Amino acid sequence: MSFFRKPLLAFSASVLLAASVAGPAQAEDISLLNVSYDPTREFYQEYNKEFADWYKAESGDSVTIEQSHGGAGKQARSVIDGLPADVVTLALAYDISAIGERTGKLPADWQTRLPNNSAPYSSTIVFLVRKGNPKNIQDWDDLTKPGVEVITPNPKTSGGARWNYLAAWSYVLKKELGDLSKLDNPEFADEVKAAEQKATEYVTKLYKNVPILDSGARGSTTTFVKHGLGDVLLAWENEALLAVNKLSQGEFDIVVPSISILAEPPVTVVNGNVEKKGEGAVEAAEAYLEYLYSPVAQQLAAKHYYRPVFEHFADKEDLKRFPNVTRVTVQDVFGGWQNAQKTHFNDGGVFDAIYLPQ
Amino acid sequence: MHTQTLALDRLDQPGARQWPRYVLTGLAIFIIGLFLLLPLAAVLIEAFSEGWDLYVQAINDRYTWEAIKLTLLVAAVVVPLNTVFGIAAAWMIARFQFTGRGALTTLIDLPFSISPVIAGLIFVLVFGAHGWFGSWFAEQGFPIIFAVPGIILATLFVTVPFVARELIPLMQEQGSEEEEAAIALGAGSWTMFRKITLPKIKWGLLYGIILCNARAMGEFGAVSVVSGHIRGQTNTLPLHVEILYNEYNFTAAFAVASLLAGLAILTLVLKSLVEWQQARSLERATQ
Amino acid sequence: MKRSFSILPGFRLASGITLFYLSLLVLIPLCALVWKTTELSLDELVATLTNSRVLASFRVSILTALAAALINLFLGFVIAWVLVRYPMPFKRLFDAVIDLPFALPTAVAGIVLAALYAPDGWIGSFFTELGIRIAYTPLGIVVALMFIGLPFVVRTVEPVLQDLDSQLEEAAQSLGASPWTIFRRVLFPPLIPALLTGFALAFARGLGEYGSVIFIAGNMPMVSEIVPLLIITKLEQYDYAGATAIGLMMLVVAFIMLLVINMLQAWTRKRTGKL
Repeated sequence: MSFFRKPLLAFSASVLLAASVAGPAQAEDISLLNVSYDPTREFYQEYNKEFADWYKAESGDSVTIEQSHGGAGKQARSVIDGLPADVVTLALAYDISAIGERTGKLPADWQTRLPNNSAPYSSTIVFLVRKGNPKNIQDWDDLTKPGVEVITPNPKTSGGARWNYLAAWSYVLKKELGDLSKLDNPEFADEVKAAEQKATEYVTKLYKNVPILDSGARGSTTTFVKHGLGDVLLAWENEALLAVNKLSQGEFDIVVPSISILAEPPVTVVNGNVEKKGEGAVEAAEAYLEYLYSPVAQQLAAKHYYRPVFEHFADKEDLKRFPNVTRVTVQDVFGGWQNAQKTHFNDGGVFDAIYLPQ
Repeated sequence: MHTQTLALDRLDQPGARQWPRYVLTGLAIFIIGLFLLLPLAAVLIEAFSEGWDLYVQAINDRYTWEAIKLTLLVAAVVVPLNTVFGIAAAWMIARFQFTGRGALTTLIDLPFSISPVIAGLIFVLVFGAHGWFGSWFAEQGFPIIFAVPGIILATLFVTVPFVARELIPLMQEQGSEEEEAAIALGAGSWTMFRKITLPKIKWGLLYGIILCNARAMGEFGAVSVVSGHIRGQTNTLPLHVEILYNEYNFTAAFAVASLLAGLAILTLVLKSLVEWQQARSLERATQ
Repeated sequence: MKRSFSILPGFRLASGITLFYLSLLVLIPLCALVWKTTELSLDELVATLTNSRVLASFRVSILTALAAALINLFLGFVIAWVLVRYPMPFKRLFDAVIDLPFALPTAVAGIVLAALYAPDGWIGSFFTELGIRIAYTPLGIVVALMFIGLPFVVRTVEPVLQDLDSQLEEAAQSLGASPWTIFRRVLFPPLIPALLTGFALAFARGLGEYGSVIFIAGNMPMVSEIVPLLIITKLEQYDYAGATAIGLMMLVVAFIMLLVINMLQAWTRKRTGKL
């Protein structure tokens, strides 16, 4: 928590400093564009209001935040092609790094700029099943049984789908190896190889049970919830909770697998864009992201089914909704997003091989 | 069109077998019902599934209004431009012989059968940050892509053929004798166009404009690529439908979609009126 | 540009506007497509286009567009025939509603069709009982493309059917030909060019369709993945050159289709004796 207070204090000080240097502060009208992915709409809608009020009180400037939502990959590409995002809040670090590499608009070490790998909230992958769990799905192994239809989007086009896939892969590695630290140890190279072979077999079987690959996570949820297809939906925990609590109460159950993945949707300032708008805008954009770690924002995140980084700020009732689950990280299992993307999802990768004619 | 009334009594005279007629009519009504009327009905039923109040509430939303305004703006720019282009292209192709006429006609048709995905992508390649002119425009403080101009460009592209395609065959069919006579008698170009050409093509022109307008307001694929999806700024109605749908706000999505369906119906009514007028003026001309 | 002499004015103005407009709006952007593709070496280009998934998606797109266009050819012809030749109630309404697919945004069409043909949808549940799955299979793609392409056939056949010379038909009738013979020998032959045109237009449109298909296709690689989706997939990997290579390939197919259409239309005009 000193973690969180420091930047905020530093920020407040810098505002004061800026104000004193500039003489009597002239209240500015600032407009920021937040480019985000699909499931964060409800959260940011509420957060933007909270932030604008707080910032007005703090600095005197009025901030209006415009929102753009869509599939994470498409959103990142839009920013690369010139969409003037001031902050990006996307599903994967990979997509934000891609923006940095291709435009130079943010530094390579962007992920160290904010606490917790720049992820103010996290989530994980869970199973959504129909009421009463008729197919008795308890863990990842049940998904590859014959006759089980699994709904998950296409990892080539959906960020959420990549998390699903990586969670499944991690489960097999963990089951086979017992200890994931073997992955980095050359002594166990053979064992790791065998485990990866098992994992490949597993995901191949898993995707044979997938009858539809929607292009985005929300498309899959609609297919499962509204059109009644499939026995189990692999989903973001926040999406699953939303479906259970808001979409159609009492029709679905959430099943938590023995192992899942730590999904960290990161946030960052796109310096190259916001700096064109002037000093005031840069400060507002930085404050906008820092304030995501504040008690108010953390509480809001929990309310909208995201796991807050600082749990003690959230309502106890909200926290009860998050079950205990072992969450492995992309860094531990795959050695980072770049590797995961290259090995598994790029053309010619492991995922493509699943669909190659045998 | 003018032989329609004559056509009605031939195979269908008493004495001819009647069953093919009933079978075919039944089949036609079945197909139209299944493929066209049912989807239309589904939109309306979903839109009103939670009652009139929620319908009004869904429409009467700040972002929906912004989307309506943007859609109207795009149509207001696109339709006149394509109309002027359509008339010019039709005049050139239907009234003059020149080499490359076939290729030119094909070029006009091309946007019609290009995947909307590519239609959007090409403008990103030209005006995107890494495109040919993108950075220059951005430096001038006049961004094209992910702003209204980009949406207008993409819409212009997909609707290029509509007016021209309607006018070219019509003007070819009509021939140029009357216009040549007017010029021979000493009329100025503008007078000729206003007094001879325009009255002859006006219904076809109107039909083209109506279809162009419908497509301009309804285009989804190409616009989706260049829009940036900024709420209240670069969201057109079809994009707004998708957003609402993705927010699990199904009723609102279909309510907004029903606006577009309403637009489609209005288009069809207008088109029928135009055709009816056209038939009448033809009848008058032949009498 | 050479042209034969005409006393009509406005060639310079009309050609100026036309060429300027087309260059700016169609030619330059399409050049960008070619230019981006040249970033690939010839080997890479060949590798991209002959990748088994790309080939499979071309097969899916072409086959489904072909199937939909063929079905539309038949259904569209029946509808045009009935609308022109038979009296029926609400004719004007039925005639007007043919253009609905032109006017309804494709995304809305896709969402609605997916809802109707899903296993629990109004139409889908009926087929589920028969053991046929429509939505999320290649059949679903065909249904969406049928919706998109139907008006093309109806609207190209209708005018020709209306303009058919009634004297031939009457002569055949007075010579004692059966209705079927009259249809086969007298009525059908002049309709062939228009039918082909309608078919080709529906096919070309179906090949590139994205918005309505994506909701109902199921998007399974090798099975129900269409070419435009593969372009999007390439873009998701920031592989712009790969995307434009596939796009260019589609463009070539579209251009050839359209050239054929325009030749067919010229042929139609000749057959019916106009210009």
